[in-house]
Amino acid sequence: MSLSVYTLLLREVIRFYRQPNRVIGALLQPLIFWLLIGSGLNASFQIGGGNDVSYLEYFYPGVLLMILLFTSIFSTITIIEDRRDGFLQGVLVAPVPRAAIVIGKALGGMLLGVLQCLVFMLLMLTPMVDLPITPLGFGAAVLCLAVIGFGLTALGVLMAWPLKSSQEYHALMSVLLLPLWLFSGAAFPVDGAPAWLHWLMQVNPLTHALALLRHCFYVGVEGGVTGPAPLAVSFGYAALAGVATFVAALLIVRRG
Amino acid sequence: MVPAVAVESLTYYYGDRPALAGVDLQIPRGAMFGILGPNGSGKTTLFRILATLAVPASGQVAVAGQDVVTRRSEVRRALGVVFQTSSLDDKLTVTENLRHHGHLYGCSGAGLRQQIDELLQRLQLQDRAADRVETLSGGLQRRVELARCLLHRPEILLLDEPTAGLDPTARLEYWRLLTEIQERQNATVIFTTHWFEEAERANLLAIMDSGRLVACESPATLKSTISRDVVTIHGDDPAALAASIASQFNCDAVCVGNAVRIESASATALLPRLLEAFEDQVHSISASKATLEDVYVQRTGKAFDAEEPSE
Repeated sequence: MSLSVYTLLLREVIRFYRQPNRVIGALLQPLIFWLLIGSGLNASFQIGGGNDVSYLEYFYPGVLLMILLFTSIFSTITIIEDRRDGFLQGVLVAPVPRAAIVIGKALGGMLLGVLQCLVFMLLMLTPMVDLPITPLGFGAAVLCLAVIGFGLTALGVLMAWPLKSSQEYHALMSVLLLPLWLFSGAAFPVDGAPAWLHWLMQVNPLTHALALLRHCFYVGVEGGVTGPAPLAVSFGYAALAGVATFVAALLIVRRG
Repeated sequence: MVPAVAVESLTYYYGDRPALAGVDLQIPRGAMFGILGPNGSGKTTLFRILATLAVPASGQVAVAGQDVVTRRSEVRRALGVVFQTSSLDDKLTVTENLRHHGHLYGCSGAGLRQQIDELLQRLQLQDRAADRVETLSGGLQRRVELARCLLHRPEILLLDEPTAGLDPTARLEYWRLLTEIQERQNATVIFTTHWFEEAERANLLAIMDSGRLVACESPATLKSTISRDVVTIHGDDPAALAASIASQFNCDAVCVGNAVRIESASATALLPRLLEAFEDQVHSISASKATLEDVYVQRTGKAFDAEEPSE
């Protein structure tokens, strides 16, 4: 089992780095997103509670979450291509437990996502990003990124497995994955949202996952952004959603 | 000895449509076993069930003495499978692909490295070992597939139209290597095909039609069941032509597909007389010893539609 997980994970990583456009896209896209949207909205942004947080600062963890989401999408959309091109059938006739396929994918998506986040986090060494992160907070943030990356990739597997074409995946991505990110507090705070949206964002597990991640940047320092719920509640809810997604992915892959 | 494959009353459905309608089959160990049939005859469905990718609706299927439903893992270990489409990762090199596959079968370390080197050499791939699969020709990619499926030393090789899409030279080379491997390892080789020439390479051949097995013997035995020569005529209106020939020559002329087919004890005598009588209606006329195609036509009463799959 561990050998098959290892080899499937390794393949994900090799494939990623052998496609230069994917690497460049993965690094530049969040940077452009953060700079353009962040700078554009910076002047008009004001967060409740009297905290002094600029939009670029507020948006920063949201972009990290976006990196994880897009990495998960790109690495799970290959399930559909692998099925069509034939690679997957070679794995399916091998004496490998189906769980290895899910775990290999999820770990692959997690690893690539975290690595890209680390590259993006190099920005924090420049004056461009003004976040008061401590070493402890940094460690916690990386752990957070890893767990969210794992969960998001499991969600991608769950979605991609039953689909026949990547067009279907794109459709699901627009109506499900992107709103999931948009309504997670990544781009705007939960507090200012109208009641219906507020409710939607509270239900979204990513809101709570992001709140945990955001908190890591302010560990041991004054200020920061208030989360949608007490941290322990957010942690429990996000963890539960992650485990449920992973189990659902295991079940769907075992079924067919 | 337990046969390589034992199939009993196997059925499989796509919705309501039966893809396999009660198949019984035994494949002895060490056989070069061909499964011949047109598209839609059920041969690929049979392949998928043997490969543990589809579950029978009813019936018993054992591969290497193990049930394909309850002992899936053991069956998978015993099989080396080659699919119609490539199961290689084109971004990985030849060696990386082989290593990856070895890992999936639980092989690793020095043993795996040695086995990879040996197979690369035997399949004449050592020069391309470090190249990405996407840079290889179709023929070479098929050879890598073959190396891949041999890595874990399976007792049974299962190949679905392994030479589809190859040019004639590459196809000959592929068969030379496959035959060599089969003899050397005394493995059982099971392949599907819709090519009569390829079917001739089997020492046992099953012919499938509409989800049923219509014959299962050696190609020579099958052909010997048709003792007479076969005259084939292509013309404007084969149905009318067949009727005229049947009444005028008092013989069994039948219209199969777009041709008239006549079995005759003495084709050489019949040929000139036919030409003389129907000269203006005949485009081409030929006489031959019975072929596997004739066997197929005789057993099913249908022309063999062997077009390439359109998907």
